[in-house]
Amino acid sequence: MAAKVGIPRTLFYYVYFPMVETFLKELGAEPVVSSKTSRKILDDGVREALADACVPVKIFFGHVQDVKDKIDFLFVPRVVCLNGRTIYCPKFLGLPDMIKHTFDQLPEVIDTRIDVRDDRFAVWKAFYMLGKKFTNSTAKIFFSYNKAKRVLKLYHKLLKEGLSPEAAMNKLKSKDYNIKPNHQSLLKFAVLGYPYIVHDKYISVNLLDKLNKLGVETITLEQVPLNIIKNTKTDIPKDMFWTFSDMVLKAAYHFFNRGTVDGIIHLTAFGCGPDSMVDKYMELKSKNHPHIPFMSVTIDEHSGEAGMYTRLEAFVDMVKRKKEAVNNA
Amino acid sequence: MRKVTFPHMGHSYIAFKMLMEDMGNEVILPPRPSKKTLDLGVKYAPEFACLPYKILLGTYLQTAEMGMDTIVTSGGAGPCRAGHYAHLHKAILHDLGYNVDLVCFEAPKKHPIDFYRKVQKLNSAKLSVLSIIEAIKRGWHKLKALDHMEKLSHKIRPRELKRGTTSKVYKMTQLWLDEARTHKEIEEAEAEGIKAFNNIPQDPNREVLKVGLVGEIYVLLEPASNLEIEETLGHMGVEVERSMFLTGWTRDNLGKGTEELISVTDAAKPYLPELIGGHGRDTIGHTVLYAKRKFDGVIQLAPFTCIPEIVARTILPKVSIIHDIPVLTFFLDEQTGKAGMVTRLEAFVDLLRRKKQNTKLNQAAALS
Repeated sequence: MAAKVGIPRTLFYYVYFPMVETFLKELGAEPVVSSKTSRKILDDGVREALADACVPVKIFFGHVQDVKDKIDFLFVPRVVCLNGRTIYCPKFLGLPDMIKHTFDQLPEVIDTRIDVRDDRFAVWKAFYMLGKKFTNSTAKIFFSYNKAKRVLKLYHKLLKEGLSPEAAMNKLKSKDYNIKPNHQSLLKFAVLGYPYIVHDKYISVNLLDKLNKLGVETITLEQVPLNIIKNTKTDIPKDMFWTFSDMVLKAAYHFFNRGTVDGIIHLTAFGCGPDSMVDKYMELKSKNHPHIPFMSVTIDEHSGEAGMYTRLEAFVDMVKRKKEAVNNA
Repeated sequence: MRKVTFPHMGHSYIAFKMLMEDMGNEVILPPRPSKKTLDLGVKYAPEFACLPYKILLGTYLQTAEMGMDTIVTSGGAGPCRAGHYAHLHKAILHDLGYNVDLVCFEAPKKHPIDFYRKVQKLNSAKLSVLSIIEAIKRGWHKLKALDHMEKLSHKIRPRELKRGTTSKVYKMTQLWLDEARTHKEIEEAEAEGIKAFNNIPQDPNREVLKVGLVGEIYVLLEPASNLEIEETLGHMGVEVERSMFLTGWTRDNLGKGTEELISVTDAAKPYLPELIGGHGRDTIGHTVLYAKRKFDGVIQLAPFTCIPEIVARTILPKVSIIHDIPVLTFFLDEQTGKAGMVTRLEAFVDLLRRKKQNTKLNQAAALS
């Protein structure tokens, strides 16, 4: 029987899952993903995790609880640095340790450390270690790794075209890579935030769909080309230390400077440490660009559907009226 | 003349004040953080910023009212948020209309030229490089003497006969050290201080518990932010050993690293092998070491939303079980009240006393 490898459907799932999935399947292992975030997962997470932890970490605990009894291995790599420049949030760095010392009776946790600053081939080595659990053939691991990398590239391309991670993963499965062009909407918003919040339909209270329903086209972080993010200059003397925060902040600066969107929404989670800095910088920046309305939405375990909808409606109405006023003048 | 200020962090302001004045700046002494400081900070800081961030912002706003025009502080390379503090502080102060200058020191080993430039920026008296080094050495000497006084106060406070004597003597020694300006005077003041501490009448028979304090550096070092936990514990008859002092921290982080640091990292390895910024790993390591040294308990102090301490706190229960040492955690924020804290401490100390008595009885039973 194929070894079952558990992967929590949160955090890095939205960015790297197709790669891990392809890799494991090529080697004959079976990836088992936890169910979609639900009330139960959230409640489990809140119970298991520390009260002071942020919402995404609580959700992660919930996903681990959901998947841990169905699997032989739990894949929680310690991802320190992937781009050679910025690292991930301290909570990500301590993730495997927090899991191991909270849950009893865990399956074997695969927590390979990935830091490309120490070692250029750290990612390959991490996958090699993972692959060794299922096969002895280095060649087989190598080919699977390369195939996985190709799939990841394709996946990121699909994301850039504006597909949600879920839609993109379905597309990868159906092997139909044609994308219908988006219909033109009246308004265009940038919804900036970490992938594991923006694309988690439950915890974001379906924010993206709600905006689309209100007739707003949305741009997320994945749709901003990496080189634009890399080349955007901020007026802060130091870059953010954390990869996702750095990307979000620079994307925000890009949109403010270019003025290509009608509004910017920052989606953040309760208790998120790095976001307390990012959000303030965005707020200060938005003061210099009064023609682009900016709203920051904080979600937590109690976010209600109705309250969120009212806020979005009010924001959209305001932007609409403002735009009409400018057009009429 | 520059009017400089710096973060108020325990007694370190006494040494920094001398250093800044020696370099020809006027020092706007940061007031001891109070309710007013925190209120100001909370008003303008991001909601989820940690307690030290809010206190520092409040301090800067208070000193800006007093005419301060330059902030001297330290940076950092992450992954803790503290590395971004200074620049966001500056951005917020500018947004509020205070046109302050910022001198933010990064690790001198990594950025030597940047360090030199910033020192020169503060060198209003146009001192030579040698005299600056001499001034820094004097400041360091004073800092060491101050830390020594504090350590003595931790040791003697739980044994004092008349409650409050130690705190009084401790304040007096700080005053003496504040006035000392040369190496010789600092030495004299330190010797005088030691003598004064030893003259405090003590009760040699008192049963004193030993508790280790671990956690985040700012809330450990600044008594105003941790509601004078060391004094409170001392009065309950508990000897406190704090895991962190500014002199020790500086040696560990800017110099080669002491042997102590290496043993702490080793002790933390089975639980947290990764450096997660701030003092998360130190918290775990020190707890393990305190347990091995047969301390009665450990108290962790952390600011609310502090990322590294949350990771440490998630792991600590396991450490506590494996090493059989009680651990109490305080997450401090602007809502923490002293009465609530004292109640929790009393309960904790009672528990430690009972545990100690039980072990003694069991040992006696085993012997007979």
